[in-house]
Amino acid sequence: MDTKSTYRWGMVIDLDKCTGCQACVVACRQENNIPIMGEKYANLGRAKFWMNLIHETKGTYPHVEMRFIPMPCMQCDKPPCTKVCPVDATHLNTEGIVEQVYPRCIGVRMCISNCPYTVRYFNWYEPSWPEEYRKGLNPDVYSRRKGITEKCNFCIQRIRRAKMTARKENRKIRDREVTPACVETCPSEALYFGDLNDSTSRVSKLSKSRRAFRLMEELGTEPKVYYLKEGDWYDGS
Amino acid sequence: MMDHEAMARKYQNVLSPLTQAGRPFWLTTIPLSLIVLWSVFAFGWQYYWGLGETGMGHPVSWAFYLINFVFFIGISHAGTLISAILRITHAGWRTPITRAAEVVTVFALAAGPTNILFDLGRSDKFHWVALHANFISPLLWDFTCIMTYFLTCVLFLYVLMIPDIALLRDRFPRRRWLYKPLSLGWTGTERQERTLNKLSAFLCIAVIPVAVSVHTVVSWVFGMQTQPMWHSTIFGPYFVAGAIYSGIAVIILVAALLRRVYHLEDYLQPRHFNNLGLLLLTMTLLWFYFTLAEYLTTIYGSGEAEVAVFWAKFTGRYSILFWAMALLCFVIPFLILAFKRTRTILGTSIASAAVLGGMWLERYLIIIPTLTEPRLPFARGSYTPSWVEWSMLAGLCAGFTLAIILFSKIFPVITLWEMQKEEKEKGGRPAGERET
Repeated sequence: MDTKSTYRWGMVIDLDKCTGCQACVVACRQENNIPIMGEKYANLGRAKFWMNLIHETKGTYPHVEMRFIPMPCMQCDKPPCTKVCPVDATHLNTEGIVEQVYPRCIGVRMCISNCPYTVRYFNWYEPSWPEEYRKGLNPDVYSRRKGITEKCNFCIQRIRRAKMTARKENRKIRDREVTPACVETCPSEALYFGDLNDSTSRVSKLSKSRRAFRLMEELGTEPKVYYLKEGDWYDGS
Repeated sequence: MMDHEAMARKYQNVLSPLTQAGRPFWLTTIPLSLIVLWSVFAFGWQYYWGLGETGMGHPVSWAFYLINFVFFIGISHAGTLISAILRITHAGWRTPITRAAEVVTVFALAAGPTNILFDLGRSDKFHWVALHANFISPLLWDFTCIMTYFLTCVLFLYVLMIPDIALLRDRFPRRRWLYKPLSLGWTGTERQERTLNKLSAFLCIAVIPVAVSVHTVVSWVFGMQTQPMWHSTIFGPYFVAGAIYSGIAVIILVAALLRRVYHLEDYLQPRHFNNLGLLLLTMTLLWFYFTLAEYLTTIYGSGEAEVAVFWAKFTGRYSILFWAMALLCFVIPFLILAFKRTRTILGTSIASAAVLGGMWLERYLIIIPTLTEPRLPFARGSYTPSWVEWSMLAGLCAGFTLAIILFSKIFPVITLWEMQKEEKEKGGRPAGERET
């Protein structure tokens, strides 16, 4: 049985269910060893958010409307970021994940500037953690040094592990068997993850929902992160 | 050709800087060297701590270094225009300026890509761009074109200097170790001259498309990206015109300074500055045309993301810089250069200084506002350069000036053999009285 290149990982985020609690952001930091920069550096734009919670406030009190948008990497099928890298340090893998090859990256940052979703992050400093925190670092994740770019990869280490288990049992990964940290942790179950190639998977079905849309589809980047929302959607504004 | 002894006597003014180094020399070179050393320290600091020591962050991930990169590469287009184009079109008046233009080209080309070295997250892996080349990346096109241009320009400068080096070899026996190998045994035979003419004619023609390609691909580093106000087909020609514009400005400034410092009044005359001023005026108008076309198209099309960047520049937080750019790149140079009365050495120098400042601002305004107002209106940021970035800019400018000064102490800044040749062709009239 073919166990290779048959997956096409995708995510669905139900904005109608999102409460803006930021649990996904915290879980992502924990899973992927993303250092905490502190307020000062965060204001300088040095913080990294593989999963970021965008919040927008519309109107003035008392008629306030608040919107939350969890923003991981969109894992475009036609990623603008990969082709501009002069050293080929980032590419779309066979399962649809835009991977960053950390040891190859030399920190040109053209991928960052050409990402229309601004979801690529740079290591402006050597990452550091408080001593007591170090014991909690995830050993399955590559430790990034200063001067390279990094990004969300749908918790590729979890997918890899699930694939190993599946291969042992000579089967494909089952729907909902593998979940990135953000999806796993979401208390309101607003996030879904799975194989878009499998038409029976939950993400496949949800991605065809009449509520489904993708960010800036007009750019032709073909993101694999779908959002669900009742009513009209406007990018920003 | 006149014998070397007579020629050396005749061009005493041009050759004297090679042997004399007075107080002004040390008063300029020592501070300049200190600034360069300081920038080396700043680079070490940034290399050790990380790029966080600059003012960059999310989403402004490209800033000062890219601005300076485009700026210096722009300056390097001077040599091509003055030397190659004017040589091909037989514009006789360009002879005394060519050497200076070629020198400016070579050193600006050395200074430009250095910024990329500063900008890399892992500067020690710069060579990977060649080792692991991905030719789909516009940066690789850049790398290829700039390297080709650099080699062509070094060759161009060198080949056209060989007869002068031979003169120096015979004139300064103590520096024979340097000049002799460089002169390649030039004795001025007819055969050698024929080869030189052929080679220089070839280089003249070869260097023009290379130069155009260089600034076109520099613009494509931005133009190929789908960011608002970058993704535009006008960028190629706009950048080439802007490059030539700032290039001519630097030549005027360098020529005016050399004239003053080395007393080259006989060679660099007001009419040269008048002609250069006219060239600069042409470029002023061309710059205005391109800028108008760019901004009018943007605002008329009123794409949401583009308009956000447009207003940030026009009336928003970059408006002071924007209008300063308009003043420096158009109003001031136009008013000075349009009138013959003000198209003097001082006038063209002032206009050139304005153009340089304006063109630097233009690059700033191309890069920063687009990055602070990305297409998806969530990530917003601002940018203030840090001391490290200012130090690097100071270091590059100082290094560039220093390189020109040191060059002028080793090689003549005016092409003697061509002056001589031209004079002979025009029937031995003394320098300066020839027709344009």
